[in-house]
Amino acid sequence: MARSGRRRRDRMRWSNLYTFSCFRAQHGHAGDAGPSSDGAGAVGGPGFSRVVYCNNAALQKPLKYVTNYITTTKYNIITFFPKAIFEQFRRVANLYFLLTAILSLTPVCPFSAVSMIAPLAFVVGLSMMKEGLEDWRRFIQDMKVNNRKVSVHKGDGEFDYRHWKDLCVGDVVRVEKDQFFPADLLLLSSSYEDGICYVETMNLDGETNLKVKRSLEVTLPLEEDESFKDFQAVIRCEDPNPSLYTFTGNFEYERQVYALDPSQILLRDSKLRNTAFIYGVVIFTGHDSKVMQNSTESPSKRSRIEKKMDLIIYILFTVLVLISIISSVGFAVRIKFDLPNWWYLQPQKSNKLDDPSRPALSGIFHLITALILYGYLIPISLYVSIELVKVLQAHFINQDIHMFDEETGNTAQARTSNLNEELGQVHTILSDKTGTLTCNQMDFLKCSIAGVSYGVGSSEVELAAAKQMASGADDHDIPLQDIWEENNEDEIELVEGVTFSVGNNRKPSIKGFSFQDDRLRQGNWTKEPNSSTILLFFRILALCHTAIPEINEATGSIAYEAESPDEGAFLVAAREFGFEFFKRTQSSVFVREKHTSSEGTIEREFKILNLLEFNSKRKRMTVILQDEDGQILLFCKGADSIIFDRLAKNGRMYEVDTTRHLNEYGEAGLRTLALSYRVLDESEYSSWNAEFLKAKTSIGPDRELQLERVSELIERELILVGATAVEDKLQKGVPQCIDRLAQAGLKIWVLTGDKMETAINIGYACSLLRQGMKQICLSIPTGEQVAQDAKKVAKESLLSQIANGSQMVKLEKDPDAAFALVIDGKALAFALEDDMKHMFLNLAIECASVICCRVSPKQKALVTRLVKEGIGQTTLAVGDGANDVGMIQEADIGVGISGVEGMQAVMASDFSISQFRFLERLLVVHGHWCYKRIAQMICYFFYKNIAFGLTIFYFEAFAGFSGQSVYDDWFMLLFNVVLTSLPVISLGVFEQDVSSEICLQFPALYQQGPKNLFFDWYRILGWMGNGLYSSLAIFFLNLCIFYDQAIHAGGQTADMAAVGTAMFTCIIWAVNMQIALTMSHFTWIQHLFVWGSITTWYIFILAYGMTLRSRDNYQILLEVLGPAPIYWAATLLVTAACNIPYLIHISYQRSCKPLDHHVIQEIKYLKKDVEDQTMWKRERSKARQKTKIGFTARVDAKIKQIKGKLHKKGPSLTIHTVS
Amino acid sequence: MDSHAAGSSSGGSGDGAAQPRRNSRKPKYSKFTQQELPACKPILTPKWVISVFVLVGVIFVPIGIVSLRASQQVVEIVDRYDDACVPAGVTDKLAYIRNDSIPKACTRNLTITKDMKQPIFVYYQLDNFYQNHRRYVKSRNDVQLRDKSKASETDNCDPEAKTVDGKPIVPCGLIAWSLFNDTYNLIRNNETLSVDKKDISWKSDRDHKFGSHVFPMNFQKGPLQGGKILDSKIPLSEQEDLIVWMRTAALPTFRKLYGRIYVDLKENDTITVQLENNYNTYSFSGKKKLVLSTATWIGGKNDFLGLAYLTVGGICFFLAFAFTLLYLIKPRKMGDNSYLSWNRATLGR
Repeated sequence: MARSGRRRRDRMRWSNLYTFSCFRAQHGHAGDAGPSSDGAGAVGGPGFSRVVYCNNAALQKPLKYVTNYITTTKYNIITFFPKAIFEQFRRVANLYFLLTAILSLTPVCPFSAVSMIAPLAFVVGLSMMKEGLEDWRRFIQDMKVNNRKVSVHKGDGEFDYRHWKDLCVGDVVRVEKDQFFPADLLLLSSSYEDGICYVETMNLDGETNLKVKRSLEVTLPLEEDESFKDFQAVIRCEDPNPSLYTFTGNFEYERQVYALDPSQILLRDSKLRNTAFIYGVVIFTGHDSKVMQNSTESPSKRSRIEKKMDLIIYILFTVLVLISIISSVGFAVRIKFDLPNWWYLQPQKSNKLDDPSRPALSGIFHLITALILYGYLIPISLYVSIELVKVLQAHFINQDIHMFDEETGNTAQARTSNLNEELGQVHTILSDKTGTLTCNQMDFLKCSIAGVSYGVGSSEVELAAAKQMASGADDHDIPLQDIWEENNEDEIELVEGVTFSVGNNRKPSIKGFSFQDDRLRQGNWTKEPNSSTILLFFRILALCHTAIPEINEATGSIAYEAESPDEGAFLVAAREFGFEFFKRTQSSVFVREKHTSSEGTIEREFKILNLLEFNSKRKRMTVILQDEDGQILLFCKGADSIIFDRLAKNGRMYEVDTTRHLNEYGEAGLRTLALSYRVLDESEYSSWNAEFLKAKTSIGPDRELQLERVSELIERELILVGATAVEDKLQKGVPQCIDRLAQAGLKIWVLTGDKMETAINIGYACSLLRQGMKQICLSIPTGEQVAQDAKKVAKESLLSQIANGSQMVKLEKDPDAAFALVIDGKALAFALEDDMKHMFLNLAIECASVICCRVSPKQKALVTRLVKEGIGQTTLAVGDGANDVGMIQEADIGVGISGVEGMQAVMASDFSISQFRFLERLLVVHGHWCYKRIAQMICYFFYKNIAFGLTIFYFEAFAGFSGQSVYDDWFMLLFNVVLTSLPVISLGVFEQDVSSEICLQFPALYQQGPKNLFFDWYRILGWMGNGLYSSLAIFFLNLCIFYDQAIHAGGQTADMAAVGTAMFTCIIWAVNMQIALTMSHFTWIQHLFVWGSITTWYIFILAYGMTLRSRDNYQILLEVLGPAPIYWAATLLVTAACNIPYLIHISYQRSCKPLDHHVIQEIKYLKKDVEDQTMWKRERSKARQKTKIGFTARVDAKIKQIKGKLHKKGPSLTIHTVS
Repeated sequence: MDSHAAGSSSGGSGDGAAQPRRNSRKPKYSKFTQQELPACKPILTPKWVISVFVLVGVIFVPIGIVSLRASQQVVEIVDRYDDACVPAGVTDKLAYIRNDSIPKACTRNLTITKDMKQPIFVYYQLDNFYQNHRRYVKSRNDVQLRDKSKASETDNCDPEAKTVDGKPIVPCGLIAWSLFNDTYNLIRNNETLSVDKKDISWKSDRDHKFGSHVFPMNFQKGPLQGGKILDSKIPLSEQEDLIVWMRTAALPTFRKLYGRIYVDLKENDTITVQLENNYNTYSFSGKKKLVLSTATWIGGKNDFLGLAYLTVGGICFFLAFAFTLLYLIKPRKMGDNSYLSWNRATLGR
């Protein structure tokens, strides 16, 4: 079979080659492989009851384990109604309205029942519709996952594709390379002979390095489809649980029992890498799988504004109760003392609602009436309007073309719409690194060989600094952003074309290789003075690795499967330099060399003798190999400090220069490694190898130590060759975005699972760190203390580190000094403890940037909580992997990057974007708008309902507190639902204080949100005062005008209907004029809604006047009020009187205390920005928060540095720029 | 897709065309979805502020003057008679008014203070009478008033819905029951001034709300007699006193039209009013007044409207002046960048 033939070719026993990781696994099992009782004691007991009959559906079925179908929806068709209704009435306000609706069916209610029930039904119905829609989306998302396909054994050695959801426990599946595992699997065999496979667990824990899993020895023969024909086995194991790193179980196969451990378990949602295929048995399906067990229901989040709104509602409710009590006391008093005299009410025939002999009882009944009557103080439509507005706002976010990612084809998604305005108040951003800031792709950018630096591709920082110096020289005020202006295509091309040629769509370039220097390309290096060293350098690149080449049969090109992306970049670089690694066998590495001999391309074979692979403790990797001449060479690459420590005396020739280059690279945000070699003579090697073999085969706990010790023996006396600089490629636009977010006054914390060095590098690359920044590194010294003692010591040391850091910050005199805090995961574990966390937080707040490395998902969530609760400001967490879920759920706002890695983060998030850089627009434009819109909208709502609701109360005082309303029921019904709702919705949806470009150009405007300028108590009370004033003006002016006199020449006086209608007309005019004054942005929609609302009122009263249901309002406009000039005069007077105070307020504010957006509006309005462009540019550059991080700050620092150099060295130095 | 979107997509990525499926998810560009609709963005410049205030002043002051003048042209004579029409010796006014056997005739003399042009409106004014009480307002049934066949619909009419023997009352309810029943007879120089009681109600009420075939039934037949007894031969649509009364007043003090006199009255004319003081306001110490008034286009005497207009207009002129001063004393150039918060912050330092 052709397919299996191809498969067999990459069979290789990795375990023989690997020294550390694989071998240890071998030890764990090779040692006591076979029948084992280890862990078997627990199996079968409580908590360990699961039985899996592999490949035997008949036996498996009766056990009824859940299917692999997953659902994350809240409702289904049956539960939707009861559950959604229950959800709705959990809101206090809705419950209140429900109560009033029920009471409206009793005679207590002052209105007709329909006028209470209809709005409630509308409000609840709309909210439920929204819920349903959101749940539907979730359902679609689930279906997408459920309908993924996987190859499943269906019997007789035949495999066929099946949907994920149809997968059952006990099925044998074959997963191909780069596919996700559909369920938790037991690894049976892989395309490698020794049954290992590589797994990427990004989605689970965010770690980017590949993990090695290996199958049991006994299942190794199951290597082909056919071999599963008669495969039968039983797995007894633990019950579903959320622990990702443990597994206990037994594997019964061919009458033997084998113990299972986590290294045989492949978890759902992790990905198969570097391995052609694996076979596995499904153990846990669907919601039983570990990753699903880990997922928690996303907490419902509410924005700060909404919480404050609730508080205001409670205040209003108190007012409501208060005036209701006043009203009912008044009623009781009236009933007791006056009613007996009011013969026209026939008091002797009273019922219990107004019984003069029992005033207290009547008063209590009246209290209910009053609570319903004055219910207009609490805007029932507020909730539904806000909900509607937020859905529309979310729609705008989803539709924003500027947040559409061409590559993934994803738009931004507001997944829950109730946090829109919170986006405008963010104070701290907590960001994941890999996949969020970086692409997890390395680019070979520069190298230093034999003390000479090669590679002219300048990093972005250097480029921008040079550019700025060339253009504006001393003028700091010219904003750097101009380089990035999106409308300026030419410039952006210039910048990107030079710095980021890789991944750039314009010219096809090599992934992983951005190196530009003709001195080394096309074989030119042979002409360099140190060509022999260069040759060695390239050979180290091509040989010192653990990658496997993969030849694309169609094109003949070679791709590399490397454990870490750095290695891949090295190999690509070596290939580009003419050293193409193309084949690996069990013992040899084959390289095609282009320029080393006169014959052109020749293939060379290097025998691999030993491979001491990389791990985080060793921080280096070594291969020992024998070339075709029989020479034994040792190549070692590793962190500079490690290599430099192990250099031979004669190997330090280039140390000084290389160190300088390393510093430069590091400062440019590049990841560096030093390369070295050593020539071994035969005897030295063989004696060492003997010792090494002994250590390797030794059994016992100190085997690892032994191996390390032996490795040390050979990894010394090295000769330095050079260093590499690899760029951990940032996602597009990340530095710019961070820069602008920093300018908008946002704090940025990076939380990453990576090791400290990587994190610091990235900190440099995205300008969170820079040279000259004072770094405070918190970590736990790794000592050999006894466990009990170690904890105490570690804690003390950390405490003193924090104290020192704080002291340092406190004593710093230089205002420009910036501090960066870098903390390690282990240290963080202590720092998050209750007694220390506030100290830690205080220090962190003082620092310009904070980077936490090696943090677990749980710690991410804890840090988020610490920041959220400690600072008391809005936090935003952004991440892309399943390991960020905790953080995303914990933060006030969770943003998921809908990149390539699974959907967990997105599923847990409130907003999803496809690129980190869209965060800027999401916050600075949409957040800013939404915040202002919602804030203004809520304020206006309170105003309008106070203005309206209080008039009802005043009227009561004139109607003997009897519960009579001066307005027709229909007016009241329509007031909130029709007559005033659309303008305020249009305010909430379309209002823009400044356009989106200005939001982006003036990041400082964003600070209006975090400072909460538009929803502080001053504003809220101001609006409430305005409402109170308006209600008084409307009521008493109308009262005096329509008091007792004839209202027109016909002599008739005004009755209650006429007064009510006139008053209501005034209210409609006043509140609609008020919103027109509030708006600063009128599109045709606002015009239509505002003026349309007023027109609707007249149309309504005309139409209503046609029906006899209207009772006293019958033909009121045509016959009674319309012909009466006094009615129109009253409308004009009251409208003006109501709005003059607000007009005074805004006129005064604008002239004496203008806010930033006022001034900018004026500049735009007067077109000053066009006339005086320097002023405009200068203001734009000033409109940023002073930051100590970000690209701009860094370029400034760089300029200072270059200028310093210029001064020293004189004018001879030319700035190295774009060539 | 429109041209703009196409342009931006080709600018963004070269391989856009290669993946039409993916790019189909790209939001379509429209001014609406991108929130770029053309908008007018009015700005409150000093010029605007001053013009708005001046404009309001310019409109309001003349309106104020005109309506104040109109109001002052109205001649109004008010005579309170509730106390005066109780004979001197009566101490228990309530018993007096309730005693049907005592004749309630009473004579009042009014002096016209100023020439009054016809039509002159005759009003009665009640005080402290809660026509707007919920119990009162509810107590009626519109269907019954309109439609002869629905006479038995007396919902809401309690406690004046049915007679003791269960017959429906038409018109039912407290409002109709308590119909005002004082009568006025105006005499000038021994010559009776005919009070025209036609068209004192709204035409729509007569035509549509009170049926021309609906006649009072069982009205005021109960043990308690409220107010006026209606002539059961006259259809409700012609019982204009009732129609006027049924339009409940908004406030406890109200005036209702009693009739019109189409005769000009001269200054110092003396009008003798022969009135029947039947209506009980004594139990709740409500005042009763007879009002003769002319009307202009703004209706009756209503100085308040004019004064309010003048006040608001005056305030606006004052504000216009104050803001002018403010702009002169503390001028701020429009769009002056030094007012931006970041500039102010540095100035303050």
